[in-house]
Amino acid sequence: MIAELGQVFLSLALILALVLSTVPLYGAYKNRPALMAMAHTLVIGHFVFALAAYTALSIAFFNHDFTVTYVATNSNLLLPWYYRLSAVWGGHEGSLLLWILMLAGWMLLVSLLSRSLPRAFIARVLAVMGMISVGFLLFTLLTSNPFDRLIPGPLDGQDLNPLLQDPGMIFHPPLLYMGYVGFAVAFGFAIAGLLGGRVESQWVKWSRPWTLMAWAFLTVGIALGSWWAYYELGWGGWWFWDPVENASFIPWLIGTALIHSQAVTEKRGAFPAWTVLLAIAAFSMSLLGTFLVRSGVLTSVHAFANDPERGMFILGFMIVVTGGALVLYALRAPRIMTGKGFDFMSRETLLLLNNVFFAVSAAMVLLGTLYPLIIDMMGWGQISVGPPYFGAMFVLLMTPIVVLMPLGPFSRWGKDQLLRVVYPLLGSLALSLVAALIIVALLDAWSARAITGWMGGLWLILGSLHYLFDRKKTSRFGLPRHQLGMIMAHAGVGVFIIGVAMVESATYERDVRLTPSESVSIAGYEFTLQEVVSVKGQNWIADEARFAITKDGELVQEMAPQKRLYHRSGQTMTQVALRPGVFKDLYIAMGEELDAQSNAWSIRIHIKPFIRWIWGGALLLALGATLAATDRRYRLKQKQSASDGLSTSAASIT
Amino acid sequence: MTPRRRKRLTAVALLVLGVGTAAAITMTALQDNMLYFIAPSDIQTSELPPERNFRLGGLVEAGSIQRDPNSLAVVFTVTDGAHSVPVTYAGILPDLFREGQGVIAQGRLDENGMFQAREVLARHDETYMPPEVASALERAGAPHGVLE
Amino acid sequence: MIRLLLPLIVFGGLVGLLLIGMQTAEERKIVASPLVGRPIPNFELPRLHEPNISTSTADRLGEVWVLNVWGSWCQSCRIEHPYVGRLAEESGVPVVGFNWKDEQADAKRWLSQFGDVWAYHMVDFEGRSAIDLGVYGAPETFLIDQRGIIRHKHIGPIDESVLRDLLARIDRLKQEASS
Repeated sequence: MIAELGQVFLSLALILALVLSTVPLYGAYKNRPALMAMAHTLVIGHFVFALAAYTALSIAFFNHDFTVTYVATNSNLLLPWYYRLSAVWGGHEGSLLLWILMLAGWMLLVSLLSRSLPRAFIARVLAVMGMISVGFLLFTLLTSNPFDRLIPGPLDGQDLNPLLQDPGMIFHPPLLYMGYVGFAVAFGFAIAGLLGGRVESQWVKWSRPWTLMAWAFLTVGIALGSWWAYYELGWGGWWFWDPVENASFIPWLIGTALIHSQAVTEKRGAFPAWTVLLAIAAFSMSLLGTFLVRSGVLTSVHAFANDPERGMFILGFMIVVTGGALVLYALRAPRIMTGKGFDFMSRETLLLLNNVFFAVSAAMVLLGTLYPLIIDMMGWGQISVGPPYFGAMFVLLMTPIVVLMPLGPFSRWGKDQLLRVVYPLLGSLALSLVAALIIVALLDAWSARAITGWMGGLWLILGSLHYLFDRKKTSRFGLPRHQLGMIMAHAGVGVFIIGVAMVESATYERDVRLTPSESVSIAGYEFTLQEVVSVKGQNWIADEARFAITKDGELVQEMAPQKRLYHRSGQTMTQVALRPGVFKDLYIAMGEELDAQSNAWSIRIHIKPFIRWIWGGALLLALGATLAATDRRYRLKQKQSASDGLSTSAASIT
Repeated sequence: MTPRRRKRLTAVALLVLGVGTAAAITMTALQDNMLYFIAPSDIQTSELPPERNFRLGGLVEAGSIQRDPNSLAVVFTVTDGAHSVPVTYAGILPDLFREGQGVIAQGRLDENGMFQAREVLARHDETYMPPEVASALERAGAPHGVLE
Repeated sequence: MIRLLLPLIVFGGLVGLLLIGMQTAEERKIVASPLVGRPIPNFELPRLHEPNISTSTADRLGEVWVLNVWGSWCQSCRIEHPYVGRLAEESGVPVVGFNWKDEQADAKRWLSQFGDVWAYHMVDFEGRSAIDLGVYGAPETFLIDQRGIIRHKHIGPIDESVLRDLLARIDRLKQEASS
């Protein structure tokens, strides 16, 4: 019963989305306030039905309704209630439903928080987002219905993948989707701007906080995935450059460029067309990412995951959304007003460089991801692109960004002198170079990578702090949030770079064969395997290796990694033992039993310096963006009476 | 030529130069990091350039896994049903590495026809899960990169 | 003008690439099943219901047939079960079960519960022959032509669209065999 209800709710949401994507648009075209105002009501209804459908599936999971195919394949009787609820997005169909719910949620927020914007404009924004929702609802109902029945139902379901039975993995996909879907807001604003016939600084300003929030979510989502991979997979890596990771990274890179170009367009009216293009690209890349990972075009080993029909649907949807947006762009871009000119040495130029490098990075990652496809198309065989390609290219492209980043805030709009910008920063520059050498000496981590990493990282952190103190001195009221946010984010990049440089240059990695009471010493630590015992969990059994770690004869920590066997699915899982620390992590993972008689195991031991800084930096980035998004300058005044006049003039152009 | 024109021209020239350099560097980097995927039969039928890394894919032959009693060294045979290739590896094998299961070994072929693997990845099949997870799962058996 | 259309052109190229990629996705999967295009390995296995009778893959030489890998432990096999039934009914060729890594009692109980739609079952409880066959998991479905060559392999459960695809392929193989 509940499944049929869910299906009905989804269909109702689809009907509302269809109305939403047409009627308010027509209202804006004909300047009929009543039709435009309908958008708000429709958005509320759309959200309520999406939520109801989502709740229906959650109830089916909670009650172990195995007559629903999706529940039967993603849950079982042993699963605790919290994993049953998170199992809703544990598969393709349910994760799409979550995606729809989030889109509906973003739309509701836009509708609630933007009431004071010109009526025609907000009607267009919501209508465009409604179209996107139509696409996803159709996709779900036609190709991936989570409410399909399996009759008669089995007595017990399959297990939720053990890897998913983990807090890190519970939150990784939703945060990622929040970011992807959030870019739909920026997309909606850009298209509404184009439809309105003029793209001006006004709508860019309105869309900035939304872009920042979407970007913050995406940042945390990606970081969470990286952190999870590190502690859950047992390889000790934090980023692998595989297509699925790249699929989330490309929108992030474009989003980063977008945030910066929006700043220029809002403040100076410069390169508005480029900003529109980036807004289109950011969401299109989110769609492309969805396509790449769900169509089977790249990773055909997910044989079960691959469904050409689904792939074709997403591709068709992409053609409509992106293709339509780009056609509109080609038609309307000439009307986009151009802003003030600027000199070669100016803040505009610096931000333009930021945009060039981020856009090229995104293109580079995209090329590397699609290259196997191109080679195969040419009939040159099956290849894969090794991670060194991405690593090398990325360092190359990011170096100028790191060098120039602290200059940005110090430079003036329009026209500036190089010396005036660089001069105050010379102190920070010198300090960071010297401090880097001292720190590397203290850490005894001499390598080109560590030195340049520390130099770049400190340069960003000190340069940003320098700006903070500079501004504190000159402004009486303290810094506005958007500036604090920027400083925090830029310093976050510095923290991140230091983390990456240290992990990549000073990690100790050893794979060893150990029998109980044997020990191995790595970087001053003595790892002793005391015993290997059997332990039992609720739905697994495991071998547990008990280690004592000593340094200079003193016990530092006892650690116990496990090799788990899950009953239901028969899957083996490596449970890593970690001793996290600000400056270094100790990391032990069990390989396999090599010899049952002597109890010999293959063991992987890592000492990872500064790895927490990688995620710490990402967190600072996200916090900075959130801080900036909540700045009062983006808060819309309730009585913006001028807006109505604006809406009529905008409508008359259409 | 007006100063404005000249400025434009310089900008365009710089752009072309930049794009050209970037494209050249990218293509070189791509070529250097391309790993061909081969099956054991390909080794039999075609000449493979030595000193080049490959990814060898197939099934682990039943009963072919032999371990060294004192180290992490292991020898096994990868087959595609028609031909098979012996593989040596020293290190920790992925959780999903099993007889009869698919693997991908990355490394090179030595003069004796032995494939020296630097990395062994296990293929994985599982009923549907979100791609973000499926890929992560694969990485559980795959330190780098993705499986075809 | 060109500047305005450039994004559209780039996007068009990307879509083209992805479209072709979709078309060839299946060919690229062949690597995952190295046996496609090769003769099916010859092995002899006992039948499920008549354990004293052994059948060999060579027995079916001269006709198009289907080999369907399943196990009572496999959830997706349960899902594809109605489609296997329709495949057997509508294709007009023998659909042979390959009961993999199962227990005899479990397999029989499973069949009596859901219905036995296969011509007969070859049992491989230890999974030795499955290795020769390159089985990765269950369910998997092989199409074998009259010369004993594996022509197609589907990994994963059969659903409506897969069924249609398999039926079309079988028709083509039958035509090939008769001509």
